[in-house]
Amino acid sequence: MGACRTIDNMLLTISTTYRPATDLGYLLHKNPGRFQSFPLPFGRAHVFYSVADADRCTAALLLDIDPVGLVRPKAGASNSAGWLQQYVNDRPYVASSHLSVAIASVFNSALAGNCRERPELAQQPIPLEAQLPTLPSREGPELIGWLFEPLGYAVEIQEHPLDAGFPEWGVSPCFGVGLKGVVRLRDLLAHLYVLLPVLDDAKHYWVGDDEVDKLLRFGAGWLSDHPQQELISTRYLKRQRSLVLQALDRLSDDGQVAPNVAAERGQHDEERLETPLRLGEQRIQAVLAALREVGATRVLDLGCGEGNLLRELLREPAFRAITGVDVSHRALETAHSRLRLDNLPAAQRERITLLQASLTYQDQRLAGFDAAVAMEVIEHIDPDRLEAFEAAVFGAAQPGAVVITTPNSEYNALFENLPPGEFRHRDHRFEWTREQFQDWAQAVAGRRAYDVSFHGIGSEHPEYGAPTQMGVFTR
Amino acid sequence: MKLEIPELCLVALVGPSGSGKSTFAARYFKPTEVVSSDACRSMVADDPNDQAATPEAFALLNFIASSRLRVGRLTVIDATSVQPQARKSLVELAREHDCLPVAIVLNMPESLCLARNQGRDDRNFGSHVVRQQTQQLRRSIRGLRREGFRYVYVLDTPEDVAAASIQRVPSWTNRQHETGPFDIIGDVHGCFDELVLLLERLGYQVTQPPAERGAEDGFSVFHPQGRRAVFVGDLVDRGPGVANVLKLVMSMVTDGTALCVAGNHESKLVRKLKGRNVQVSHGLAESLEQLELETPQFQQQATQFMDGLISHYVLDGGNLVVAHAGMKEEYQGRASARVRDFCLYGETTGETDEWGLPVRADWAAGYRGKATVVYGHTPVAEPAWLNRTINVDTGCVFGGSLTALRYPENELVSVPAAQVYYEAVRPLVGGPEEEPRVAGTNDRPSNLLHVDDVMGKRVVSTRLRGNVTVREEQAAAALEVMSRFALDPRWLVYLPPTISPCETSKLPGLLEHPAEVFGYYRTNGVSSVVCEEKHMGSRAVVVVGRSADVTQRRFGIASESAGTCYTRTGRRFFEDPALEAQFLERVRAACGESGLWEDLETDWALLDCELMPWSMKAQELVLEQYAPVGVSAYAGLSAAQTPLQGASARGVDTGETLASVDQRLHLAQLYREAYARYCWPVTSIDDVKIAPFHLLASEGRVHSDKDHLWHLAMAERLSQADTGLFRATGHRVVNLASHEEEEDAVLWWEELTSAGGEGMVVKPVDFVAAGRRGLVQPAMKCRGGEYLRIIYGPEYTLPANLQRLRGRGLSTKRSLALREFALGLEGLQRFVDREPLYRVHECAFGVLALESEPVDPRL
Repeated sequence: MGACRTIDNMLLTISTTYRPATDLGYLLHKNPGRFQSFPLPFGRAHVFYSVADADRCTAALLLDIDPVGLVRPKAGASNSAGWLQQYVNDRPYVASSHLSVAIASVFNSALAGNCRERPELAQQPIPLEAQLPTLPSREGPELIGWLFEPLGYAVEIQEHPLDAGFPEWGVSPCFGVGLKGVVRLRDLLAHLYVLLPVLDDAKHYWVGDDEVDKLLRFGAGWLSDHPQQELISTRYLKRQRSLVLQALDRLSDDGQVAPNVAAERGQHDEERLETPLRLGEQRIQAVLAALREVGATRVLDLGCGEGNLLRELLREPAFRAITGVDVSHRALETAHSRLRLDNLPAAQRERITLLQASLTYQDQRLAGFDAAVAMEVIEHIDPDRLEAFEAAVFGAAQPGAVVITTPNSEYNALFENLPPGEFRHRDHRFEWTREQFQDWAQAVAGRRAYDVSFHGIGSEHPEYGAPTQMGVFTR
Repeated sequence: MKLEIPELCLVALVGPSGSGKSTFAARYFKPTEVVSSDACRSMVADDPNDQAATPEAFALLNFIASSRLRVGRLTVIDATSVQPQARKSLVELAREHDCLPVAIVLNMPESLCLARNQGRDDRNFGSHVVRQQTQQLRRSIRGLRREGFRYVYVLDTPEDVAAASIQRVPSWTNRQHETGPFDIIGDVHGCFDELVLLLERLGYQVTQPPAERGAEDGFSVFHPQGRRAVFVGDLVDRGPGVANVLKLVMSMVTDGTALCVAGNHESKLVRKLKGRNVQVSHGLAESLEQLELETPQFQQQATQFMDGLISHYVLDGGNLVVAHAGMKEEYQGRASARVRDFCLYGETTGETDEWGLPVRADWAAGYRGKATVVYGHTPVAEPAWLNRTINVDTGCVFGGSLTALRYPENELVSVPAAQVYYEAVRPLVGGPEEEPRVAGTNDRPSNLLHVDDVMGKRVVSTRLRGNVTVREEQAAAALEVMSRFALDPRWLVYLPPTISPCETSKLPGLLEHPAEVFGYYRTNGVSSVVCEEKHMGSRAVVVVGRSADVTQRRFGIASESAGTCYTRTGRRFFEDPALEAQFLERVRAACGESGLWEDLETDWALLDCELMPWSMKAQELVLEQYAPVGVSAYAGLSAAQTPLQGASARGVDTGETLASVDQRLHLAQLYREAYARYCWPVTSIDDVKIAPFHLLASEGRVHSDKDHLWHLAMAERLSQADTGLFRATGHRVVNLASHEEEEDAVLWWEELTSAGGEGMVVKPVDFVAAGRRGLVQPAMKCRGGEYLRIIYGPEYTLPANLQRLRGRGLSTKRSLALREFALGLEGLQRFVDREPLYRVHECAFGVLALESEPVDPRL
């Protein structure tokens, strides 16, 4: 079961101090004197006004989500995958894509900017305030500011302790949020419509091509200028790369991206992404160089994951037989589709094989290769299982050469965001200093009749060395 | 004519079209044993005579024949096979599968073949074809043996065919009907005195021939219980008593009190004695010198005896194989030059070690056969079991000892060498494998599990529930979990089964109630059950040894903390090794204090427990799921109250909504209280509590034969020994015939759950209970209403929700519980019986694999 990927606001209140404030009723197309309920696919929405004076008017949209219905698998579903989702969840209590759906359904006209009684008012910025008592933001409150502040809102954030009885547990990933600004109501609703699911990062429904249209429609006039445009598109489209690219393309094709904005965006991305990307790229290049150096033509990529190294191996015809191995069947499926194996020409296709295999069991299928690569793999193995890894790779598979890369923990001191003693990745079981890695590698080489040489990958620090270390074993 | 053929062989029927091969095949062989080229042509091209289909048809023929031979089925090839090239591929096919090729030639008159073909309208090829085939055949007949056919029968007339009969004879290696008991004796190498001593120690009565009579009279050896000796070969060379050893063994073999397989030293000695040019080394000189002193008649007898030795024997219904240097599963009972070579020399990697001796391939490490293989050839300091194989050559002639394995008892008996008769080139090691192992344990090198032991669809045979199937995709899922998260498989001798809840109660406000559990067991014929308080913690399996030596010896893992503690999915329970070590030390001390080691005559134990606090293992779940839901519910619903109150104050009719929000807020509060009850921080061992409820296994025993009262009593003894760490498990026995006892138990459950307890687990008093329809659920849980709030969500008790939740289905969960129960106990039994690691591991792996089945996780 994954983490609890939350969250829709169950409650949204919208207030105005525009005079007469009760005009909000016209704008929303909902009578302040009534309590109205609307059926939705996942429950009901109620609309009512807690205050309706000339000075101030507050409309509330309250969702009543059916928690049992959410978890029960649909009749006729081929398997019970539904059960494997979070079975106790916060859907009913937080602001998520459910709230977006409710906004689009209940405030349909207002979102479109239509208002029969006050058409000019609908096109006019007025002082508005939205309150969302349970807005999820797993990355912390900052993201809420990053998303709403560029749109002109004053953002007020209230933290909730996860459990008052256990202060050591920290704060909830759900925040009470107030947004204040002078905006058109239709814009406020569109911002919420798009950004609530972005914050929640877990749309409750399937995302298809028409979502790109929706994103562009409701993002019209603001998304192309938004500094978080890429993050918004990515998350709104549930990280489906092709859809995201389509959306970003269309945003720029329409000429909506001003050149300076584009440059700014590029710069921002680089700041955020360049360092890790470059290290990953350098690692791949270093591994490829090592493989060329030993003259390998039949190569095993142990722990190939989603196929980053495989892609590069495929580009070099010298690697005539490439076998990607991972213990995760799902990772292999992703690799299969990312490498577009089904569409490769036969001659290319024949060069590559993907296998599910474990590095702690002996496996005859892994024997007979010129070289095996374990790039950023060993640190995901429990230290007391390295013995089995050694036996499976050096003892049973016995490739002509073995290339192993792993983080150099000394370099961690240079990562500002990494507290001392912590690892670079949650699943790392250890991170070694250069000495630790070399001690281990030399012992393995000694036992298994290999020679080993060591190399740093990435920019070398005089004291801490390179961020990644590589051992090249040859026979 | 009686045609004798081996029971497993490849029979080539050789003869031109129309010679009657198919008729012959149909008469003497089962239809399924015959693979016909015409039939294969039909299968690939819809026409038995379509010559264009010949390459594909023969590819198919080869595939079928190959598959049959691989699984050990006699196979008859019905194709003309008149050309040498065609026969060559059949001989190769037979060799590839290590069975003998047999040729039965139907050398019929050409006119007869022609006449037969003309009588069939589907054979319209010209007469020249038959003529050519007949000529090819006639040219071939003389060379058939040279081509490699080991049996050749030529039938020249229809009368020969009519008079023929086929007799299938068992292969020389097949002695499956001999069931022992046996004493399998390692390499003797002329150590006559030690051999006599060993035989006497094994209970044989050995009578030496009177000095005045000729040695040819031999020895008289017999065993009062009718036991028989089996020699693994290498009787000769190096030692001082080669001739006497030969005399003794030859007498025993002649008298039927012993069997002997060939060793490489016999093979070489025979070649020398037959006058071949053989390098005299490795102790051959000693044999030659000693035999020189014997009569020519004895020399001849000995040569004959050694020359006639069989490569290996398959004994006792296929359960025992004896060969000199070992025997792979696929070679057992087969006959070919390479099988014989394997028997004599084993398999080498082609490399040599630092002493110049060949490096042996580790066939035993990969051995997965069901037969026990006993062998010798490479001297070892101590015989050690590895995957049902054992090397009993303890290097007597090098000053080690002479060892016998008593079968089926699997006991080792040895006598030390009186002296060093011959200097070893290299010191004796633990075994041919890389890592030393210790005698009599299943303490194995860690790296011997193969991916083939777990991947793909698997059927695990269990004592309790027959075959349990693990599907391929389940195994694939488990492979990932096992590889990424689980402990070393040598620790994971057991994974606990899932526990099903009771049938859904129909009582208002409840999903589960004890009445349903009692009803289930009563219906299934269980008369009394034990209700155990369910501790709200996490399931944990604790393996604890009396010392680090013990766990090293018994589990093969050098672990200073002499034990381990893991979760129900095989993950290490304690992230902090120091805490784990303290924990295990306390458990070990309690075992000592309570007298458990002595009472159970053991130095290790495996406990099935609940470990608290729940938050220790479930911390992530609490922080990422339960607590966020709690706070969101609380914050969201609180925030909704204000505007609703505002609307009401304005006179707007909000209907039931405010009342509903108030009620849900109350439920959210109950929810937060429910999980908080089971959370407390762990800063030291004093915060950890353990409640064992099964003492599942100890040396030599799986305690599933004891009832649950025994298990609880053992747990009680442990908890008295260390009240700080252990929690006793409150329990009561309920006679299901007594209404009062049931009522009392319900009251007890209500008390437990209203005080915040999770509920109870109900088990038949017997650990393994069978009802009218087989095994009944070994345990069933009945959880309290507030605990279920954590599982089903804050608002599950609202009547509309409860009504829908009652539709839960239990059948998959129950079936899983039974299969996992059977697998779990099977794995333990195998471990206790010292079966190979892969046999133990497949059970634990199976439990993990079954757990990947999608089941409502709230059950």
